[in-house]
Formats: sequence, structure tokens, C-alpha cells
Amino acid sequence: MFKGIDFYNVDDLLSSEERLVRNSVREFLEKEIEPLIIDAWHEEKPLDFKEIGKKFGQLGMLGAFIPEEYGCPGANYVTFGIICQEVERVDSALRSFVAVTSGLVMYPIWQYGSEEQKQKYLPKLASGEIIGCYGLTEPNHGSDPGSMEATAKRDGDEWILNGTKTWITEADIADIAIVWARDVDDGKIKGFIVEKGTKGFTQHAITKKGSMRAGGVGELGLVNCRVSEENRLPNAVGLRAPLSCLDQARYGISWGAIGAAMDCFETALNYTKERKQFGAPLASYQLVQEKLVKMLIEITKGQLLCWRLGKLMDEGKATPEQISLAKKNNVRVARYCARTARELLGANGISLDYSPIRHMANIESVYTYEGTDDIHTLILGRAITGIQAFRRELIVK
Amino acid sequence: MNIIVLAKHAPDPESEINVASDGKSVDERGLVFDINDWDRYAIEEAIRIKEEKGGEVVVVGVGSKCEDTLRKCLAMGADRAIKIPVDTSLDAYQTAEVIKEAIKDEKFDLILAGMMSQDLNNAQVGVLLAAMLDLPFATAVSAISSIDDNSLTVARELEGGYNEEVTLPIPCLITVQSGINEPRYVSIMGIKRAKTKEMKEVDVKPTISTLEVEKMYLPPVKKAELIEGDPSEIAEKLIEILKDRGLV
Ligand SMILES: Cc1cc2nc3c(=O)[nH]c(=O)nc-3n(C[C@H](O)[C@H](O)[C@H](O)COP(=O)(O)OP(=O)(O)OC[C@H]3O[C@@H](n4cnc5c(N)ncnc54)[C@H](O)[C@@H]3O)c2cc1C
Repeated sequence: MFKGIDFYNVDDLLSSEERLVRNSVREFLEKEIEPLIIDAWHEEKPLDFKEIGKKFGQLGMLGAFIPEEYGCPGANYVTFGIICQEVERVDSALRSFVAVTSGLVMYPIWQYGSEEQKQKYLPKLASGEIIGCYGLTEPNHGSDPGSMEATAKRDGDEWILNGTKTWITEADIADIAIVWARDVDDGKIKGFIVEKGTKGFTQHAITKKGSMRAGGVGELGLVNCRVSEENRLPNAVGLRAPLSCLDQARYGISWGAIGAAMDCFETALNYTKERKQFGAPLASYQLVQEKLVKMLIEITKGQLLCWRLGKLMDEGKATPEQISLAKKNNVRVARYCARTARELLGANGISLDYSPIRHMANIESVYTYEGTDDIHTLILGRAITGIQAFRRELIVK
Repeated sequence: MNIIVLAKHAPDPESEINVASDGKSVDERGLVFDINDWDRYAIEEAIRIKEEKGGEVVVVGVGSKCEDTLRKCLAMGADRAIKIPVDTSLDAYQTAEVIKEAIKDEKFDLILAGMMSQDLNNAQVGVLLAAMLDLPFATAVSAISSIDDNSLTVARELEGGYNEEVTLPIPCLITVQSGINEPRYVSIMGIKRAKTKEMKEVDVKPTISTLEVEKMYLPPVKKAELIEGDPSEIAEKLIEILKDRGLV
């Protein structure tokens, strides 16, 4: 079984239950999921999340932090983080699935949904019986979702939705979509649960990706799509609602990215200890050691960041800015480690028989989604200066 | 049916193995510990019997760090655990002896153990314990064909793909072969439930030592050599090597 670098004994900070979660998720993934990854990625045939989701559900890997009364494990945020770390060590697409399901689909239903919506959807999402997706990004609005063009118009007991959502994880296979649209009457952003098969609702896959090839991403189309008022998330009003969901998923990413980095480190360390050039193992050369040590240092800092952020999440004290810092830093760590590991493996580094090139390509998505690296810089910049630098008046001379 | 299962917290044989600086033990830093693979099947089999027949499954672990494995068994469905915090791993007699002491007040119908441990491959703890308790036993059990209040019929795996069917009176002990079932994964819900289950520490010490380690070493790396040259040179070199090794 994978050991994983733990230079600062962060493991000792976990409870024995949390360690056991990691052990059991790790064991399950190694036996059931890892063998499927390379082919899925190579052929861009996304993993069958309808099947895998059920297995994840049995283990309690979906909506881990949501209470038991909704058929969820009712575990803590550290546990959710550990799950994300384990799955992303295998492939980022698995973490996308876990984080989207838990943070972007289940969380808004749990936080902003009616009791009926919670009872109706959460147990099925937790067991993997149905799959959800989250539609915020649009063709013309990625980093700036506040300018979204999708509209919602109230018509009696119904809402009429119009717009396009793109780059949506699991869009093509989802049974339900959480769709965000602007109410044309009050100008506020509202959330809707749109079920597969609803008239005027279309779902398509986006292919020819160079990243996240073991997972699915796609487009949602809404053309005079009518959903009932019962399908609106009653307590979600304004942009803060969709952004709060992103905080959940970003938190998961901060753990997940370190998982990918740990896998790259382990691969590079083992490889350079075995591989000989100029009569000695690569690991015996100072230039190689420097690279390995830099990876080790960055990973160790990232692990501590995850753990502390997890504790803050569990105490209900984590701020969006703290989450931004961890997402930004840890994805950078993963990006650095994947690239460095790839480099240390030489030509084998570009082969899918080894994980670094796959992690390296995947992490480009992670760098971009859930707030690009730049957007997190701007969030942090605003936090420390008090001056927002996202938006400006364009003066054309 | 009350069942006792022995579960060892054992290093994965595929982890990094180095001899410690004392030259007599393994450096634990490179090791990944988990439930011994055979014991995973044993605990699964016990839980299945309990699910069908009712009763209780008690899991017993030996070793100062065996808690994670015991917790795992509880999360899978065992009812309670007994931890014996002494490190006897290398000495199978000691392990069996402390288990015998720790379970002396337990009422059981069946003891299930893995056939052997993945690190030491001694395959002794189960049978030693049976002997100490004066229980009938069967080893390398690959299937349980029937079980009632008085007896147990099992298939034992023999060499060459043969099986032997034996019937044992209850109480008895069996050691199970891997593959007897498909062990369940531990769910987060199970882990949460396990939190409230009893884990009792029983501090017993072995009375004698039956084994002393003099030296621990890694096997020498076997090398292959490609002999080059014309056929007569190759033949000469080959004869030299064979003579050198005392093979001709
Ligand atoms: C694999 C994958 C899965 C995804 N899944 C989902 C999903 O499930 N749901 C969903 O809603 N979305 C999803 N997305 C979309 C993702 O959230 C967006 O791609 C992301 O928010 C960036 O938007 P954009 O692509 O439009 O880039 P843009 O916003 O156009 O940004 C382009 C570049 O400009 C930079 N930039 C933008 N604004 C500024 C600024 N003010 N100052 C400086 N630089 C700036 C960015 O950092 C970036 O480098 C997914 C994307 C990918 C790749």
C-alpha cells in the first residue's frame, strides 16, 4: 500500500478514526479504482461514475461532512479533506467528482434547500444513486460569475430558465444540475435544481481535452426550460450563495492537490533511487536531491496548511480568504511537484505508465477551476490591502 | 455463535525493508502497517457467521501499536476488541501464550485466525493457541461448508489443488486461507459506529522466550552475468565459474 511522505508527523495530528478513513479509502482505491485510470485517461473515456459513485457512496465518500439524518456519514471536514487527498492522489478527476458532489451539489441543497429538497436529493446523492453537477460558469463569464447572463423569470408557480453553462464537471451524465441564474425581476442570483429530461434542458460532453481525461466535463443548455418553484433553492439569494459552495470545494482541492503532489514525490523518489546514470543512482546527485528536497519542503508545508484549515473548518471559523490561500498555495505545490517529477523521470516521465505526466496535465484544470490562481491572488490582495483589484473602469482614449 | 478472531497489525511485505542499526531487527520507518491479509479474511468470515447466526465477534490483537487494526475490525463489524499491548511478534509461542491468558474469561464457540502473518509466515500462532487451549483445529481452511451448534465442517486446502473436508466439534479453532471470502471495505459510517465499541486493554506478559535473534540481514542480491567472447572462451569461462562455485 502507498505510504506517503509525512515528514512532520502530521499523521499524529489526526485521530485514529481519521487515520482509519484514510487507510480504508486508500485500500479501496488501490484495489478497485487505480487499475482503471490509465486507460480511461489515455482513451478519454471517462470513468463510469454511475458505478463508481455507488461504491464511493457505500464507503461514505460523498457528502462526508453532511449529517446522518440525510443519509450521509456526518463526519468532519478533516475527514472530507482526507478523502479528497486520497482520491486525487489517484487522479484529479476522482477528486473533482467527490468535491463537486459534496461541495457544489450536496452542500447548496443542505444549506439553501427546503427540507423536502434535502430529504429528496441528499440520500440519493450520498449513495451515488444519482449524480449531480454544478452550473455556474458560462461561455462569456468564468472568473466573473457575477456578470452571468443566464436568466430566471417567474411565471406563476414556475420559473423559466434561459442560458448556457459550460465547462461543467459531469454535465453530460448528471441526473440533477444546480443551476445559477439571475432573476430578471429583482436582479438577484438564484439557484435551481434542474432534473435530467426536463423540457428545454440539454446536456452535452466536451471532448478533446488535454487534462482531466479520466473524468467528464460538458455543457448545459437552457432554452425556455420550466422548473417549478419547488425546485428553487429557497434560501439562496445573491452571489454569496454560489460562492459559498465554491469555498467547500476549494477546501477539498487544497487537500486533494497535496495528494497528487505526494504521489509525484513518491514516484520521483523511488525512480531516482533505482535509476542509474553515470554509474550511480540519480538520487545520489546533488542536483536531483535539491529537486526532491524542494518537493518535500513544499509538500510538508502544504500538509500543515490543510490540517490547520481543516481544524478551522471544523470549528466553523475558516474564512474564504484562508481557503483561497490554501487552494492557491497547494495547487501551485502540486503543479511544481508534477512538473519536477516528470522531469526527474526523463523520457519515462512522459509515459502514462507513470503518473506524473497525468497529474501534470490534470493539475492545469485544477489551477484554473474553482477560482484561477490569479483570482485567489486578487482575493488575498483585497483582504490585506482593503482594495479590490478585480474590476476597473476601462478608459479608452 | 460467539467467535474470537485473532488479528495482527502487520507490515506490508511490499513496503521498504531495511535492517535497523542494531543488526537484529527491521527498521520500522519504511514500513506500512495494516491488518494482516489473512486476518482480514478471518474477520470477514466471522462477521458473516455472526450476521447469519447471531452472537458476538471479539477481535484480539497483540502489540503496542495494534489499535488501528483492531479499530478497523470494529468498523467492519466486530463487536468489541481486546488489545494486548506487548510486542511479541517474532516469537509465536509468546504471542499464543498472551492471547491464551487474555481470553481466559471469554466464552466462545470458535476461534478464527489467519493461516499465517504476511510478515513472518510462521503459521504458528493459531495452532499453538489451539494446543495450549487443548482445542481441535484445522488449518488452511478455504471454505466453511456447514456450521451448527455442535460441529463445524470445513474444506482444507491441500497441495496440488486438492481439498480435504473435515468436521470438528465445537469449540474449535480454524486458521483460514486467503480468498475464503471477499472482505468488505470499511465505511466511514462503520468507523463512526466503531468509535463507541469497547476496546479493552489486557496487560499480560509472556512467561518464557523461545527465540533469540542473532542477526538480521537482507539476502544478497543475485547477479546475472553475460559471458562474452568466442565459443571456446565462453566455455573456458563457464568451466571456471562452475569450478569456482564448487558445482563440478
Ligand atoms: C475541467 C474543468 C472543470 C470545470 N468544472 C466546472 C463546474 O463543474 N462548474 C462550473 O461552474 N465551472 C466549472 N469549470 C469552469 C471554471 O470554473 C472556469 O474555467 C474558471 O472559473 C475560469 O474561467 P474562464 O475559463 O472563463 O477563464 P477567464 O475568467 O476568462 O480567465 C482567463 C485568464 O484571465 C485571468 N483573469 C481573469 N480575470 C482576471 C483579473 N481580474 N485580473 C487578472 N487576471 C484575470 C485568469 O486568471 C485566467 O488566467 C471547470 C473548468 C475546467 C477546466
